[in-house]
Amino acid sequence: MSANAARLVTVRVLAFARLRELLGFGERLVPVADGASADELWAQLAAGSAELAGLRASTRFARNGELIAGTTVLREGDELALLPPVGGG
Amino acid sequence: MIGLSAEAIDVGALVAAVKTDAHGAVVTFLGTTRETSPGDPRPVAALEYEAYEAMALAEMEAIAGEAETRFGPLGVAMVHRTGRVALGEPSVAVVVAAPHRGKAFEACRYAIDALKARVAVWKREIYRDGDAAWIANTAS
Repeated sequence: MSANAARLVTVRVLAFARLRELLGFGERLVPVADGASADELWAQLAAGSAELAGLRASTRFARNGELIAGTTVLREGDELALLPPVGGG
Repeated sequence: MIGLSAEAIDVGALVAAVKTDAHGAVVTFLGTTRETSPGDPRPVAALEYEAYEAMALAEMEAIAGEAETRFGPLGVAMVHRTGRVALGEPSVAVVVAAPHRGKAFEACRYAIDALKARVAVWKREIYRDGDAAWIANTAS
């Protein structure tokens, strides 16, 4: 990690519904450390918000349209969507 | 015909799109906006829907394909509203045409249940008192 500590990759983050409201954006380019996982990006975004932190368990991640585990490492140019529990119908 | 629509759903157009002379049954499910939510006495003025369009459309296509595999041959149309939907209006329509009614009913039930569980659409209830809340679907 030390060799990459100064390097960043840029991820396009999409947020929906309550997560969009709490984060204050629906779409934003977010720089994260090279090698960071979706969980780490989430922790970066949720820092300082107890309400966001409390929503982690119900939030799913999708990278480029496919559901992924939080441990998945993000890459330059990825689109990461933050998905609350769905409510269609 | 699979889609998201900011405008009112034209059910007649969906029926016309899926029905052929091979079909002897068409089942239409309409989910309409209801005045009260379970466990919340506040009257609802309107609903607002938000979608992750790319994922929602892909999942709706996948569900239509699953229905075809399980119950086909079928004609399937699924449309979900986005944006504000007034009380009493359909927010979702699933139309299934099949040679006989049994498969049409089963496939329609399968498709709406799967849509509510899996498709990337979110619902916000707007109450008459001006308050609002995001409402997730329950497992059933």
